[in-house]
Amino acid sequence: MINFMKFRNLYFLISGIFLLASILSLIFWGLRPAIDFTGGALLEVTIENPEKIIATDDMETFVSEVSDVKINSIQSVSDTQNYILKLNNIDEAKKTEIISKLEEQYQTVTEIRFETVGPTLGKELLVKTAAAILIAAALILLYVAYQFKSRIYGMSAILAMLHDTLILVGSFAIFGRLAGVEIDTLFVTAVLTTLSFSVHDTIVVFDRIRESLKQSPNSKPVDLVNKAVTGTLSRSINNSMTIIFMLTALSLLGGISIKWFSVALLVGTVTGTYSSTFVAVPLLLVFLRNKKTF
Amino acid sequence: MKKFFQNPKNVLLMVMTLVAFVIMIDLPLIPVKINYELPKFLGGQTIKYDRMIGGYDLYAFNGKLRRDLSIRKGLDIAGGVSVLLEADMSSIVDSDRADALNSLKDVIERRVNLLGISEASVQTSNVSDKYRIIVELAGVFDTNQALSTIGQVAQLDFRIEDTETPPDETTGVPNFIPTDLSGANLQKASVVFDQDQTLNSSEPKIQLQFNTEGAKKFKEITEQNIGKRVAIYLDNQIVIAPVVQSAILDGRAIITGQFTLDDAKILVTQLNAGALPVPVKVLEQRTVGPTLGQESVNKSVFAGIVGLSLVILFMIFYYGRLGFLASIALVIYGLVTLAIYKFVPVVLTLPGLAGFILSIGMAVDANILIFERIKEELRLDKPLSIALENGFGRSWDSIRDANLVTIITAFILFNPFEWGFLPTSGPVRGFALTLALGIFISLFTGVIITRNLVRVFYKRSLRTKK
Repeated sequence: MINFMKFRNLYFLISGIFLLASILSLIFWGLRPAIDFTGGALLEVTIENPEKIIATDDMETFVSEVSDVKINSIQSVSDTQNYILKLNNIDEAKKTEIISKLEEQYQTVTEIRFETVGPTLGKELLVKTAAAILIAAALILLYVAYQFKSRIYGMSAILAMLHDTLILVGSFAIFGRLAGVEIDTLFVTAVLTTLSFSVHDTIVVFDRIRESLKQSPNSKPVDLVNKAVTGTLSRSINNSMTIIFMLTALSLLGGISIKWFSVALLVGTVTGTYSSTFVAVPLLLVFLRNKKTF
Repeated sequence: MKKFFQNPKNVLLMVMTLVAFVIMIDLPLIPVKINYELPKFLGGQTIKYDRMIGGYDLYAFNGKLRRDLSIRKGLDIAGGVSVLLEADMSSIVDSDRADALNSLKDVIERRVNLLGISEASVQTSNVSDKYRIIVELAGVFDTNQALSTIGQVAQLDFRIEDTETPPDETTGVPNFIPTDLSGANLQKASVVFDQDQTLNSSEPKIQLQFNTEGAKKFKEITEQNIGKRVAIYLDNQIVIAPVVQSAILDGRAIITGQFTLDDAKILVTQLNAGALPVPVKVLEQRTVGPTLGQESVNKSVFAGIVGLSLVILFMIFYYGRLGFLASIALVIYGLVTLAIYKFVPVVLTLPGLAGFILSIGMAVDANILIFERIKEELRLDKPLSIALENGFGRSWDSIRDANLVTIITAFILFNPFEWGFLPTSGPVRGFALTLALGIFISLFTGVIITRNLVRVFYKRSLRTKK
């Protein structure tokens, strides 16, 4: 048995640093919401063998000549001849105008995708997303509290879950700043999956603590916890490894449209694994200090 | 019977049968060409075999269970147009709104069919005060045409048979002359049953109810045209053409005929489309080009294969023979999942594919839990057979608790009851569905199949070693 809990202050310190970084980047940089949330339009085009070198600044000038079109950003997609234009909410006719404008300049322009989202829909999604996250968190808390007949377990699991969520969201504030990554519906899906994964992992450790408790009800809490962590740590890491293999492959090799979704899941998996052993369990001990027994 | 299942060999035999069946379902269409000339001493004939294998259709219970076993591709993969429309119900009475939405859906479906789009889906969504229609047209890239076709308000009008000119020679359909009576004059169409108790009262009829102006116009039309047909047109297509029996004075017409209840309901829906005209506006529109999705799928499948190989290598490296057996179960997991996607059928979207690939990583979780337990039991110097059974038995609680949480999340993401306060996004649902299916299937392959594989092969290999 290894005395994992001896270093619990170190674990809190590591988590603290990550949490602080997340909170600061959220405050100073913030998230970049995609049109799913803000409303607007997205147009992706391929420009093959252009007559002249394409500079996104020039492109912006051409496109903004079309009346009533506001450009939020133009990005070139790496490794392709594709360009993504983020615009205000325009209709089909305006889109056709933009494409002919581009054709004037660069000859062969093919439309790859075109999406528009009305402003009301974006707001609606924001509210629904918040509801989904709250309900998921509440149900998971209820389940854990019921299963372990104790609020302390539930509290620790939920705090670890919040820790993971905050770090995941914070990391996307950083990605948004550095790589222009946006928050869309799929990101929310990744957050919810992280919630469940985080708790999934925590439950395995807690289950083991409960089992050890049954076998030797008179041991000190610290010993019980160390025993449980020793018993579950390799499982926890191994299981995460297999998921990390899949997600790393998907992030690096998978299609562009699910790349950042995979990255979000990957961040969630890593912090979810860490937090089960090094956040939820130490927290459990802290809560227990006020109580003599489980 | 219980004994039968207690023998792991029997269970394995069943699993093998299942796998064979599943592979049949999974097989894509592959052309097999054999053109081989036998050597002279065998007669020198050429053997020719040129057929397609795989890509089977399912046909069972005399055709009651039929599946075209190809993977349904979501719009983001196949490419196409997806439009979210919101109906403006402000001019419709509350009680008629649900009917109006159904009629709108019907109209859009008919128009989509006229466009000749085979892979189309039109769904309604009625959440709190919002009446919406989701139209997905796979393989359509001309959004302009699609939008102008589906976005119009349905046009209903009444026409009178012209007995002066001869009917169409080939179809026998009489000529109809337009009148000034239109859908705006029709208040509502509904299915009614015969009021006359002495007659067979179970026969459904269609009742038309006109507004005051409509009643006046309809009275004139029926008075002047007794014995002739009055045709009702929706979007210039004939819906029904009953014969006028008598003049209708009060604006309430009953159309009789040997309708089945279903027929009557369909007709009423069509008539209401014109009676309750609903303007729509586009809330969201997404067009995906034909190449983008396929490229992403190819890349993601490749990524999946790389990931799967890494997982298998890791399991074998770390757990040895046990890991090898778990890998077999994992491959079975992949095959079964694919077969279920084809069978249900699950519409595969890119996030769905990501969910599937993620679930492969999660599928071995149960195995890892069990194997770690077995190792621990062995460390306590328990005999192997007991360690194996304890490993499987004692891990179950953890496996169950942990997976239940994921099921809860998948449930919220999928939102099966369409609760208005939760998101109902298509891609998110695709992910949730594949995630949830993955959990159930992996519990089966990871626990039951691995357990029996271990019972048969692991113990035997140890025995021969000693």
